[in-house]
Amino acid sequence: MAIFLNKESKVIVQGMTGSEGSKHTKRMLAAGTKIIGGVTPGKGGQAVDIDGTMLPVFNSVSEAVAATGANASVVFVPPKFAKAAVIDAVDAKLPLVVVITEGIPVHDTAAFFAYAQSKGTTRLIGPNCPGLISPGLSNVGIIPADITGPGKIGLVSKSGTLTYQMMYELRDFGFTTAVGIGGDPIIGTTHIDCLRAFQDDPETEAIVMIGEIGGDAEERAAAFIKEYVTKPVVGYVAGFTAPEGKTMGHAGAIVSGSSGTAAGKKDALEAAGVKVGKTPSETAAIMRAILKG
Amino acid sequence: MDLFEYQARDLFEAHGVPVLKGAVATTPEAAFTAAESMGGRVVVKAQVKVGGRGKAGGVKLAENAEAAREKAKAILGMDIKGHTVHKVMIAQAAPIESEYYLAILLDRTNRSFLVMASVSGGMEIEEVAHKTPEKLAKVNINPNIGISQELALEIVRKGGFGPDVDRAVADVLVTLWKTFVAEDATLVEVNPLVKTSDGKIIALDGKVTLDDSAIFRHADHEALVDHDATDPLEALAKAKDLNYVKLDGEVGIIGNGAGLVMSTLDVVAYAGEKFGGVKPANFLDIGGGASAQVMADGLSIILGDPAVKSVFVNVFGGITACDAVANGIVQALEMLGAKATKPIVVRLDGNNVIEGRRILNAAAHPLVEQLDTMDGAASRAAELAAK
Repeated sequence: MAIFLNKESKVIVQGMTGSEGSKHTKRMLAAGTKIIGGVTPGKGGQAVDIDGTMLPVFNSVSEAVAATGANASVVFVPPKFAKAAVIDAVDAKLPLVVVITEGIPVHDTAAFFAYAQSKGTTRLIGPNCPGLISPGLSNVGIIPADITGPGKIGLVSKSGTLTYQMMYELRDFGFTTAVGIGGDPIIGTTHIDCLRAFQDDPETEAIVMIGEIGGDAEERAAAFIKEYVTKPVVGYVAGFTAPEGKTMGHAGAIVSGSSGTAAGKKDALEAAGVKVGKTPSETAAIMRAILKG
Repeated sequence: MDLFEYQARDLFEAHGVPVLKGAVATTPEAAFTAAESMGGRVVVKAQVKVGGRGKAGGVKLAENAEAAREKAKAILGMDIKGHTVHKVMIAQAAPIESEYYLAILLDRTNRSFLVMASVSGGMEIEEVAHKTPEKLAKVNINPNIGISQELALEIVRKGGFGPDVDRAVADVLVTLWKTFVAEDATLVEVNPLVKTSDGKIIALDGKVTLDDSAIFRHADHEALVDHDATDPLEALAKAKDLNYVKLDGEVGIIGNGAGLVMSTLDVVAYAGEKFGGVKPANFLDIGGGASAQVMADGLSIILGDPAVKSVFVNVFGGITACDAVANGIVQALEMLGAKATKPIVVRLDGNNVIEGRRILNAAAHPLVEQLDTMDGAASRAAELAAK
């Protein structure tokens, strides 16, 4: 089993006709994802040839759902139009909406997140995330599908490239699902949501949790682990050397005063019984030791 | 982007938040002129983006324009917690009767917005929360509903405001909300909001943070950037559209993806402990598409930093293919020619890594050294920087 995403996931690509959208549609199809079409307002009725697969384009997500029975979408539309795209997907009651777009104004994210919450029918992942992969089953977003295969580890991370790095380090074990939750100040699915799902997933045996500076999501995840998670969790936190008040690449990666520091997050995780690696490779080594018993 | 107080004041004024007259000055003469045009007593306030300027002597009352010139002369050029004062604000002085607190901010924990309002102002909000928690209202705001007059009044009363001022303060809160939304702010803070002895409610000092991601719909925000304070290398990187932060170490860092680059800095600092405390010199994320041009731009900025003794290029090829990165490095070194003088340690992994490593080996550039692991390469880069 996997979390959030499985073989039955029927995915539409919002912004499929754009350059990023079409590039990654090709990759997702190659990874075995059931992509059933795309949405670009104003281009409905067209069909796009993606490496020999003809995919229909719809004007709205509701149209796409009515025609195809889609139950997930992935959003590649530019920041300016992202809010409208997500609201369109929420209105269509899609259970899963993965927002890859980086650089969405936080007022827009706050608005579409609150909107999705009020409807209660959509799980948002992202924005500013690489998406998620259940190796061998489905891949929604931009995580390379060929790093590793299915296995027993669940992974949740704010960072895309650290996700890839960790999947690579632990490639001989494989993963149930790896979720990149994104590096923005407001994100739809949190570490806690993923920890809960991995704990409840019978096939996941151990969990890697990757955090970084900014906010208090890792501290809250630590409290949740203590209370709810019985499977082994190994942690990694990036940004020990980040100076105060500087945004480090991700819009949400910023130490403000004494809050949001990597040291504070590591301490909170360790206090909850999570083993935290100093480097990605040490983190992988800890996980390796746990799985080998 | 954090604004200066005078910029916050201007923004408040433009949106109808009540403020006193204020003008920015960069010379004592300009301070004199501003104070003269205002007439009467003024306050000369250092414009720095750091707290505690009052205690540091950066805020002075001046009885007249002559005195304002003298105070400005003393304050301009001051160092306040590492920030040099380049500008002062000349503000009208007001007879203060009470000091209050009002703010709207992004609440990451609750993934919404938060209003904080308190009848006890003039000190740090942490202090208010500690000393008089019963007089601090904290209320989450649904971004799709906002702050109505009724809600504002409810919040203000919860914050301890009495019937003498509650309606006037609620009006300010509604106007602040409109400012917060219209400007794509993540923080608007008024501390203190004051009642003057003639009963007026005035925003006396303000802090505003604007969302950099929203700049595409605010052409006017570009003019608010403080170019004086921007590190020259950071300015150069920004002009090339690179995500770069200057740090104070010796190992230049280039990587792909914010998380991996942050991690790379940590791993280098960790490895550096064995080499006399060598540290990373910068953060530089070249993102997904590492073209030769991007690599050349990145390398030239890092090699232009006199503090850099060695460079560590750490790439995990996800979407980016390692052969493209390797070609980028080779072509970048060709473009840079004699300007490239420092050793470069490269660690490539992931997508098309074998071809990437082959390309670098074949090029056999004397400055480039390859290692297979992130830890090993970090250690080697630290060692080279320590020599």
